[in-house]
Amino acid sequence: MSADPWTWIAAILTLAIFSFLYKENPFYRFAEHLFVGVANGYAITFYWHRVLVPSLINPVSHGQKLWLIAIAIIGALYFTRFIPKVSWLVRIPIAVVLGYFSGAYIPRAIDAQILQQLRATIVTRSMFANWQSGLWAVIIALGVIATITYFFFSAKRKGILKPVSRIGIIFIMVGFGASFGYTVMARISLLIGRLQFLLGDWLGLIH
Amino acid sequence: MKRRLPLMIVLVLGIFGAVAFVIPHPIVKSIDETMRNDVLRIITAFSLVLGVGSIIQHHLIKIRRKAEHWPFSYIALISLAVSAAIGLFGGIDPASPGILPTHIGGFSFHMQALYDNIMIPLASTMFALLAFFMASAAYRAFRARNLEATLLLIAAFILMLGAVPLGRMLIRPLPDFAEWILTVPNTAAKRGIMFGIGLGSIATSLKIILGIERGWLGGGG
Repeated sequence: MSADPWTWIAAILTLAIFSFLYKENPFYRFAEHLFVGVANGYAITFYWHRVLVPSLINPVSHGQKLWLIAIAIIGALYFTRFIPKVSWLVRIPIAVVLGYFSGAYIPRAIDAQILQQLRATIVTRSMFANWQSGLWAVIIALGVIATITYFFFSAKRKGILKPVSRIGIIFIMVGFGASFGYTVMARISLLIGRLQFLLGDWLGLIH
Repeated sequence: MKRRLPLMIVLVLGIFGAVAFVIPHPIVKSIDETMRNDVLRIITAFSLVLGVGSIIQHHLIKIRRKAEHWPFSYIALISLAVSAAIGLFGGIDPASPGILPTHIGGFSFHMQALYDNIMIPLASTMFALLAFFMASAAYRAFRARNLEATLLLIAAFILMLGAVPLGRMLIRPLPDFAEWILTVPNTAAKRGIMFGIGLGSIATSLKIILGIERGWLGGGG
């Protein structure tokens, strides 16, 4: 059994969270609120030491990039959210971030999510270097068309649209199944990790 | 003023953000890099005020109104204050400590120790807990009632079984089939969905830049 107080704290907190499997109880609620508090404290620390100190405080205190003071004032307008009379000023820093990222996103999305995906979907002669890769490329191309057809709601599903969208939903369900399986596996591996910690690091029953 | 100024900022910066990607001029690139590395990093860091402020406000209101389970709000507020104080004044690197001492005898409680022994166990156990709920929810939701649900169930089952040694022991080509599901039908479905997400996001971005979508302004004048 471990003699490290931190291992004991981690083990007790782990058990407190697992106690939710029985029913909601004060131990779980304690751990939940502790998590919220520490996670926020960590976020404050992270942004202070990793962003504000190196990007704002250090250069300004050395007399460099003094225009950053104006940026800090714009950022500080977030505080006005809690002052009802001037709370509209919070829209300014939001507008800066939202405006730039909305604009920057458009060409990148056209490139990464439309053109690159189209390029990868188009069946070319080189994909038939062996019959398998050629066949899989054809299946992917048909699957993409069928999936998009399934989400085409501007016309009534009759004629060719009906069977194609039906094939689309088959591809979508297999894709969702794969995502679901992967997510469950990730959660199970976390569970195994916690059990290894409890039985190994804490109790020393497994090595 | 209260609405027009933010809308104008969004329009100008939105156009700049889009145009900077396609204009390779050094001045434009330099301004774009400054925007990303300095301006937006700093403003985004300040946005934490909104999140932390809302959490503090929420718990203070719960305590004031003595709402259900209000004593636990003290836990959240105290742990937030203590961990923030340790992080801000005790430093983040145990090798170069701050003004606040972060050890009592051999027991060290610097930020990395809090992260390793409180945040990681709590976060990973919380997510591990979801495995149980996902399994029970999946049982209820995906009971093979029709072809679509059956396909979802089979794909998930093959993928999970294909990833563990038991799957290979039972059916030798199962891992390869699981890999095929991931790389062929899954890719096709994800790519189709990605087209939709891409087009939808571009449309939303345009609506924000052009001031058609104004939900982010919130209520008020």
